[in-house]
Amino acid sequence: MLEILQNNWLLFLVGQYPHGPIGGLVMTLFMALISLALCFPFAIGLALARLSPYRWLRLPATAIVHTVRGLPLVMFIFWAYFVSPLIIGRAVGGVETLVIALVVYEAAYLSEIIRAGIEGLPKGQTEAATSLGLRYWPTTLKVVLPQALHNMLPSMVSQFVSTIKETSLGYVISAHELTFAAAQVNNVLLTQPFEVYGILALTYFALCFALTSLARLIERRISAGRGGTPGITIAA
Amino acid sequence: MGYVFDLGSVLSGKYLDWFLIGIATTLALTAVAWCLAMAMGIVLTLVRMIPFPPLGWFVALYVEYHRNVPLLVQIFLWYFGVPSLLPRPARQWINAHHGEFLLAGIALGLAAAAYVAEDIRSGIRSIPKAQYEAARSIGFGYLGAMGYVVLPQALRISVPPLINQTLLLFKNTSLAMAIGVGELTYRTREVDSYTFKTFEAFAVATVVYLVISFGIMALGSWSGTRLKLETR
Repeated sequence: MLEILQNNWLLFLVGQYPHGPIGGLVMTLFMALISLALCFPFAIGLALARLSPYRWLRLPATAIVHTVRGLPLVMFIFWAYFVSPLIIGRAVGGVETLVIALVVYEAAYLSEIIRAGIEGLPKGQTEAATSLGLRYWPTTLKVVLPQALHNMLPSMVSQFVSTIKETSLGYVISAHELTFAAAQVNNVLLTQPFEVYGILALTYFALCFALTSLARLIERRISAGRGGTPGITIAA
Repeated sequence: MGYVFDLGSVLSGKYLDWFLIGIATTLALTAVAWCLAMAMGIVLTLVRMIPFPPLGWFVALYVEYHRNVPLLVQIFLWYFGVPSLLPRPARQWINAHHGEFLLAGIALGLAAAAYVAEDIRSGIRSIPKAQYEAARSIGFGYLGAMGYVVLPQALRISVPPLINQTLLLFKNTSLAMAIGVGELTYRTREVDSYTFKTFEAFAVATVVYLVISFGIMALGSWSGTRLKLETR
């Protein structure tokens, strides 16, 4: 196992980079980050639309979220694979395809997290803002969202972990990322699949477990800051 | 563009058969993995209750592994990795008996079991300890108190999250196409590559996935209202 790692660590880390496209762990992280960043505005829009008092905003947003939740990510990847070249008008690479699919898919899930964060705020916050004379947008941008997003930090980190795990599906459309790199190593070695995929699993585990633990830490910090949890007392 | 959207061309003759076989395989895979997930999830929950720390650590490690490693990688490890560790006759048996279906079922089921165990545990945790203490004080033993008082209430609370896990499990069966299991996504690609009717083929698959998913979601929200306990 160590020998495989010694001979192939560079391929796992950056793919064939100096001689080919960048891939491996670096690409996995990059795709996860960029997808989450790009889907963020859509997710906020969807969440606000679902909480909107207007039915013509609420219904389509609800329909979108339920439709996305009802389909496997693989379906989005294939749709993105076939449709995005038609819309953009040129060939689209595996990485771009995967990012497009992930943005659509994650936006729906993230919007549910954001909606829960907004609904979790005490109603007094919006009422106080309204009584101070703030209209909808100032209330949302300056009072509701900053608090909701702060409370949601742990869920966002978990969502980042999910996204990292989901980038492994790039393998299906040959996007150069970590799982694809491992499959390449396996195709060269042929005889040690358990070791190669074991290394792959351990790599993902180390990365995702660290992030999950970070999410738990942040969660404890935030609830301690609110003085909410028993056992942790905060001096006034 | 001269593209004519023609559903009939993919929904007739052998292509329709392929879709139907794909749907049947997807449902069968969901069922196999579901049974394994429930059984394993209950076993993990029971093991965690035994007051012997190393067992608790084992369950925690099991849960963390399955939650922090991508499902596709788990499937690869089962499909490519595990048979290479088995003796030769076992490997031949796997190759001869659609091993990919079985191994995908094991991978999907064991991964879902981690989530099932967590859902059942949070169900048990939500039952006030007084319920258990009251049962013990009127003469139930440990098993009696758990079996007649705590678990019936806890499982009731766990049902809606478990139905949500079923939805995720159903969606995740699509990953089995990566190792050549002939489920819906795999068959869809096959129809696509034979007919070149890409949009029709994927539209059919999309609608089938949505219909079944909405069915599971409806069951989930119905059970959420139906099974709600009136608590004091």
